[in-house]
Amino acid sequence: MADKLEFFVEELKKKNASWVREVRTGHGEMTVVVGRDDVIDVCTFLRDEHTFDMLADLCGGDLGPEEEPRFAVNYHLFSTVHHNRLRVKVLLSEDDPKVASVTSIWKTANWHERETYDFFGIIFDGHPDLRRILLPSDFDGFALRKDYPLRGYEPYSLN
Amino acid sequence: MMETVIENSPAAESVLDGALETEMTLSMGPQHPSTHGVLRLDLRLDGELVLKAVPDIGYLHTGMEKLFEYKKYQQGIVITDRMDYLNPLGNNLAYVMAAEKLLDLEIPERAQVIRVLFCELQRIASHMVWLGTHGLDLGAMSPFFYCFRQREKILNLIEAASGGRMTPSYFRIGGLMMDLPAGFTERCKQFLDGFPEAMETFDTLLTGNTIWHSRTKGIGIISSEDAISWGLTGPCLRGSGVDLDLRRDNPYSGYETYDFEVPVEHDCDVWARYMVRIRECYESAKIVRQTLERLKPGPIKANAPKIVLPDRDDMRKHMDSLIHHFLIVAEGFNVPEGEVYHAIEASKGELGVYMKSNGGPKPERVHFRGPSFVNLSALPEMVKGEMVADVVAVIGSLDIVLGEIDR
Repeated sequence: MADKLEFFVEELKKKNASWVREVRTGHGEMTVVVGRDDVIDVCTFLRDEHTFDMLADLCGGDLGPEEEPRFAVNYHLFSTVHHNRLRVKVLLSEDDPKVASVTSIWKTANWHERETYDFFGIIFDGHPDLRRILLPSDFDGFALRKDYPLRGYEPYSLN
Repeated sequence: MMETVIENSPAAESVLDGALETEMTLSMGPQHPSTHGVLRLDLRLDGELVLKAVPDIGYLHTGMEKLFEYKKYQQGIVITDRMDYLNPLGNNLAYVMAAEKLLDLEIPERAQVIRVLFCELQRIASHMVWLGTHGLDLGAMSPFFYCFRQREKILNLIEAASGGRMTPSYFRIGGLMMDLPAGFTERCKQFLDGFPEAMETFDTLLTGNTIWHSRTKGIGIISSEDAISWGLTGPCLRGSGVDLDLRRDNPYSGYETYDFEVPVEHDCDVWARYMVRIRECYESAKIVRQTLERLKPGPIKANAPKIVLPDRDDMRKHMDSLIHHFLIVAEGFNVPEGEVYHAIEASKGELGVYMKSNGGPKPERVHFRGPSFVNLSALPEMVKGEMVADVVAVIGSLDIVLGEIDR
């Protein structure tokens, strides 16, 4: 499995060496860290050339307010043909948490990106309908950020 | 229950210019019984025809993903029970397997077999609730009672092993909570012996029923390409003709050693998804039978004293067991730094857990990729151009659980 994943990373490097910033392996999984401007190109390449036709999951992560870059967006790619999984990761700074939306590549990204925006405040450029999905539209703050307290700032009331 | 929303609707404006007089916005839910929980749909209608559907979710949001970050790894298991409450053992499995992947734990054979046994029983139980409520939505009342009778038998089995019916928390990091009770195999066999006959009842009540055919065939169509792009998994994907089952294609817990078939239907409609689940029930029963044959005496917990709670008996005799018990409960165990994504085939599709550890006793991030969440996102695509009554059929065929969608 790991050899197969290395093959995809090699292919990525062969196509464009500047795409791959870092490769992390562990527990039989492969993570490719790419620049935020390359997300669309990398994902399109992996979908079209290597049949990663399904976006199994997309989720955000907060490394902590003192970290730079602070945010991460993980794209868990899956292939319905060869059944391999590959994680593409984008790191974003706190000042400008923006990345291009992949809704044009996989339709399923729509709700995942809304959820990530809802909880982390990460903006997905080009998303057709970027608004909160699970929390109410007038909710203040981004709940899954590390500096957001577990019980919120004040009791939330629906009005 | 269903109420017409007149203000802010495009219909209100268009009536004024005399065009599109029939267009209106209908708010379906969140208390409507056919939405299977607290789902609200904003339907834009032209008469009975659905022009656009916008799901509104989040009514059951309880901030579980935030809560995980404040709980030790072993405490997180009980939270997972409450996500997809029709398939709690599947959630347990996905969560503990992600943690085990980070810890590189090896799970003993007997524990693996029991995990498969319960996951398949749970899959049948989950499908029984789906079948009952799906039938109820479309006006067939009697299957509901027959289904819940079967489910009751499974819940009794789960209760016998774990003590909980809907919230078992039976799978623990490194193995199981405890071994099977005496006489479990016989009770399980008893259930399996009666099960095929019960399934045939549904064939008479629904599968061969003309009304059922006309309500389900050709409704809620989604092509294979669209299904993959929308990220559909589980029976919804297999109902669209894509032969994918993680139990076979990304095997875990020793699923590759069992003999079972993956049902696939090519009609892409509500009927196809119905048939896939019905056939899956038989396959699950087949797997349960195989696990019963494989149950050999042996350990049910991994050999990792610093991670797995010791047996009660050990604690009375050995000082180190007592110390380990105290430390695990009081401080938890440290999980090496790293991140994993582990996906299992739950009853509704791919249930994925993304877990990131920073080396401490609490996870830095836990994210659940719920199959219901993703499957529901494709609903607008499926109901476009259908009738309002068919929306109910399509929601039923998706088999959603709002507890998992909202988390």
